[in-house]
Amino acid sequence: MTTTAVRKDGPAAVTPPPTVGSHARTYLSRVRGGDVGALPAVLGLIVLCTVFAVMRPSSFLSAGNFANLFTQGAAVTLIAMGLVFVLLLGEIDLSAGFASGVCAAVLANVVTVLGYPWWVAVLAAVATGVVIGTTLGLLVAKIGIPSFVVTLAGFLAFQGIVLMLMKEGTNISVRDDVLVAIANRNLGPILGWVLAIVAVAGYAAVQLLRHRNRIARGLITDPLAVVAARIVGLAVLLGTAVFILNLERSRNVLVVSLKGVPIVVPVIAVLLIVWTFVLQRTSYGRHIYAVGGNREAARRAGIEVDRIRISVFVICSSMAAVGGIVAASRANSVDPNTGGSNVLLYAVGAAVIGGTSLFGGKGRVFDAVLGGAVVAVIDNGMGLMGYSAGVKYVVTGVVLMLAASVDAFSRRRAAATGTR
Amino acid sequence: MTATPLLELRGIDKSFGPVQVLRDVALTVHPGEVTALVGDNGAGKSTLVKCISGIHPTDAGEVLFNGEQVHISSPRDAAALGIEVVYQDLALCDNLDIVQNMFLGREKRSGIVLDEPTMEQLAAETLAGLSVRTVTSLRQHVSSLSGGQRQTVAIAKAVLWNSKLVILDEPTAALGVAQTAQVLELVRRLADNGLAVVLISHNMNDVFAVSDRIAALYLGQMVAQVKTTDITHSQVVELITAGRSGGLGLATDPGTGGNGNGNQLADSTSGGDR
Repeated sequence: MTTTAVRKDGPAAVTPPPTVGSHARTYLSRVRGGDVGALPAVLGLIVLCTVFAVMRPSSFLSAGNFANLFTQGAAVTLIAMGLVFVLLLGEIDLSAGFASGVCAAVLANVVTVLGYPWWVAVLAAVATGVVIGTTLGLLVAKIGIPSFVVTLAGFLAFQGIVLMLMKEGTNISVRDDVLVAIANRNLGPILGWVLAIVAVAGYAAVQLLRHRNRIARGLITDPLAVVAARIVGLAVLLGTAVFILNLERSRNVLVVSLKGVPIVVPVIAVLLIVWTFVLQRTSYGRHIYAVGGNREAARRAGIEVDRIRISVFVICSSMAAVGGIVAASRANSVDPNTGGSNVLLYAVGAAVIGGTSLFGGKGRVFDAVLGGAVVAVIDNGMGLMGYSAGVKYVVTGVVLMLAASVDAFSRRRAAATGTR
Repeated sequence: MTATPLLELRGIDKSFGPVQVLRDVALTVHPGEVTALVGDNGAGKSTLVKCISGIHPTDAGEVLFNGEQVHISSPRDAAALGIEVVYQDLALCDNLDIVQNMFLGREKRSGIVLDEPTMEQLAAETLAGLSVRTVTSLRQHVSSLSGGQRQTVAIAKAVLWNSKLVILDEPTAALGVAQTAQVLELVRRLADNGLAVVLISHNMNDVFAVSDRIAALYLGQMVAQVKTTDITHSQVVELITAGRSGGLGLATDPGTGGNGNGNQLADSTSGGDR
């Protein structure tokens, strides 16, 4: 009743219900106003893939390489997903890389040295992540040391802890079947299809239910065509990916058959869905955005700011632990450099390249996946083209710088035009 | 007019260390009225508001809400009583949209999931109830709004919670002429809807445009609380700058126990109007 009154003399009377055309126009004006979202990352991904596909058509475009991209980028992507939470508050976690190393070392020690079953090791690794995150968060929120300094100290200290856990430099192998399977085995082709269909059906159900609910309540909704396009888009994307991953990619089928969706893919997908739900659909997630946007406003709204700040570090370090587990699985071992060298910078890069702002308040978990894909494609493609590690680092650094400039530029643009 | 005031403060004292910011302050706020709280910089307006809203504890004095003595020790206590404050710096999150800002910290949920449609409906109803027509979409980010629109959202946020008392800290300070008029109209409408409104302002035009009563603070003392119709611009300015004006305000020597006198004068004046 009241809503109809609103629509008559309220704002809705001025704006007609959105059509596909008006939807597109709104999007364009938002992009022009500086709200570029995932656009640069998607464009970058397309450009990079095109370049590598033209330069190395046989190797880059092969099904085997496509599957490699997922396993290569998985650890960095998982760490980046946790970093998004920290970045949303405008904080940084420089220790995430070696935190993943510490957790991987704990995993290896528990499963290989102490001989416990795999799930005990996984729990121990994630618990280690929780302890690390709680410590960092308390230091930042309660004592008030800038996160940059706290996590820089953590970066050094955790590097040392990995060394100590590794008995001064030797590496520990991880031979447990389940743990090795995470990054090295594939789902059966049929299971891959089933999961893809479940995912698309679930997404469609959520989208259509929301659409119907909003229409029933007389609220402004995206046109049905746009909703349908999103669903079809996801279906095409997942369908293509599963089809390619289900192709035989073994060099010699007689020796071993190699096909199916790598197990890390559903692992990442489930975590992506869970964290996206937390950020977008719960009040906890809403409060993270609020604290990142205006800490004082959040405090006055009765949000426990310190608790939020501590919790994001816990999430970040726990996701680093998951990343560490995947890294250990992929390498079949843990060595003193697990989670070291470029892992942290690739992870921060992935989050920022995907569109998460370094200034806080803006970002999604999906950004980490998108940015992780960009980083993995650069790493993989440059490797195939025979460039040295040095060139790869330089290119990744340049891409990160570009992403940060896009972020800063879109903020200025947003400030100038008043849209964000 | 209602017999019992909605909010009544008696003998409020507040010190920050050696500095006494509020001295024996009394204030009555009636529902359906706009009470303008005026005073020079440092007179204690903001401190008084923070005491009412539970951000600062008071050192002495009592607070009566609806005739009953209450103890407000945190912003949550104030909110539970129905006291909402719209701060000068608005306290909105730029990166959230209008609905998200209006429900910040008090989101509607079904289970653990945010109930967005309900929140959007309630926000639309509240804005419609205030006859706000200036915002085009409830889902636009607050960063894209003008100063007046932001103020409108901040006020609507305060009204959303069936609040009884809304305190506005200089709502027009940063606004242009047209937007000021818009916001003042909104302030008036709040009072006409039966809410008690406390308006802190430096702008005499605003004060005389919307307020029913004027309460003047001078160096931490409430020097006068009178009906707006019984006082002139220049008298208010004198009260703000010198603490007295003719028969109103402090006795000749404010240093020696003048405040008791001043309060009596103020009380008798406002009492005579009832």
